[in-house]
Amino acid sequence: MNHLQLQGKLRTAILKMHYTANSGHIGCSLSCVDLLISILKYKNDDDSFILSKGHAASALYVVLNELGKIPDDDLKTFYKDATKLSAHPAPLKYPSITFATGSLGHGLPLAAGVAKAKKLKKSKAFSYVLMSDGETNEGTTWEAAHFAVTSKLDNLIVFIDKNGLQGFAKTQDVLGDTAHRKVWEAIGFDVAEIDGHNIEQILDSMRNFIKKVNGKPKLIIANTVKGKGVGFMENMLEWHYNPMNEKQFEEAIGQVKHDYKL
Amino acid sequence: MRKHFSAYIEKLVETNDDIVFITGDLGFNALENLQTKLGDKFINAGVAEQNMVGMAAGIASQGFRVICYSIAPFAVYRCLEQTRNDVCFHNLPVYIVGNGGGYGYGIMGSSHHAIEDIACLSGLPNMRCYIPAFIDDMHKCMDEMFADKTPAYLRLGVGKNMPADLMMNEFGASTLQDNFTGITIIVQGPVANNLLKALENNEHKKKAQVFVVNKMPQKKLPIEIEKSILKTKNVLTIEEHISIGGLGSTISLLLNENSISVNKFKSLHALGYPTGLYGSQAYHQQESGLDEKNISSIINSYFDNE
Repeated sequence: MNHLQLQGKLRTAILKMHYTANSGHIGCSLSCVDLLISILKYKNDDDSFILSKGHAASALYVVLNELGKIPDDDLKTFYKDATKLSAHPAPLKYPSITFATGSLGHGLPLAAGVAKAKKLKKSKAFSYVLMSDGETNEGTTWEAAHFAVTSKLDNLIVFIDKNGLQGFAKTQDVLGDTAHRKVWEAIGFDVAEIDGHNIEQILDSMRNFIKKVNGKPKLIIANTVKGKGVGFMENMLEWHYNPMNEKQFEEAIGQVKHDYKL
Repeated sequence: MRKHFSAYIEKLVETNDDIVFITGDLGFNALENLQTKLGDKFINAGVAEQNMVGMAAGIASQGFRVICYSIAPFAVYRCLEQTRNDVCFHNLPVYIVGNGGGYGYGIMGSSHHAIEDIACLSGLPNMRCYIPAFIDDMHKCMDEMFADKTPAYLRLGVGKNMPADLMMNEFGASTLQDNFTGITIIVQGPVANNLLKALENNEHKKKAQVFVVNKMPQKKLPIEIEKSILKTKNVLTIEEHISIGGLGSTISLLLNENSISVNKFKSLHALGYPTGLYGSQAYHQQESGLDEKNISSIINSYFDNE
């Protein structure tokens, strides 16, 4: 299976899960599933990953299921009573989900702490974290970013899923672009900006940054489309929240099947 | 207690290489030795408490025991969600240390006080709160705290030596004699010193059995305290903390759950800022009736009918 088909396969899985559960956050998961495929499939075992954008949990779950870390039977319980797979990742349920998230702004400090610990242990492992652009409104982003720079955490690689939309408006209309490369470069990060739906680009940027052991933490700004892969969802704020009806579900599945050559 | 605290940690790190110490930009004239001893395992997080605790959880997840130190209100309120979501939900060995619990920072003003800290923290999953009353039980609290790799809060305050007529036990300390018919007094934190001063010159001193409780939450009434209350039927609780979510409300709930009725129950606790005026720790304690004179008078009120 090539990358394109894998992107399609996992989008289909996400749509099916959300339709069965009648749940929202669909657009959020579709905008970052390609980043999750890249990071989780290609990171080393001793590298850490934290999904700071916890509301994209369904994307995390389907990628981990694909990698054999979450059983098929568990996936069927998503969003249901007595599940381990809540709408945001729960604590201490799977070894590959090291931290429960859901309240935004927690992942970067956690990941910075992990990166610091790896340095203290003289480990060459990396600490990855995936944030959303709206999430960078949170003050902890800046506390952790400055800390990462002064502590020379060049083993910290931050991804921002930059889709330009947040809870109640476009990011530019709320607090402005808090995920702007100039801000992060000024603080002291190495920054790359890529297409967040192009797996080859994502992997290239990761490989480049892994080699750059220069005392600077890294940021990969991934330009994305909320709802990517389903035309009627793309760039629409409401697809942060809405579940699908039957007609929408069938249309969405059809589109993905076509666009991702399944 | 702060001096003894840093001396304890300096000793601890000599034989424990998994300790990381993070300060929220505080420690002038107190933590310099520790900083030298710990090297890169001493971190100044800056004036950024939420990141301090968040990254503490990240570090702890990699096999370290992490101490986060600040002035009590900053260590508790500013980063409460990090303590809850990152530390407690994951049951990680992060030890939040707050200096100046209660009205400890006195004239610094209410932003520097912590009189709701136990209410905020003691109900969090996996959280242990330690509120030592004296230097002696502080050491015991710290031994216990670090022995377990689970979340904890240590509230530091005025540090005096424990008097000879108190004996340490698993929930704190108690007076040595046990032949009482008078009053059971349960106290938390260094305000115990005010109680002991009050008792020194009180005519009912020999009728008072004192229990110091230095850990929260208390899920069960300690057996010695229960025995005492069954005998005296008079309970006085004293804490430099609001009435909600602290010692008094805990004891009250435990008594009711165990169907233990009493003749008189009173809780002496922090009343916040009833006059809206400010002063030393002693001033605020007095406003709340936590001073020696008022405590003595309250004890007398239990024996008014005699």
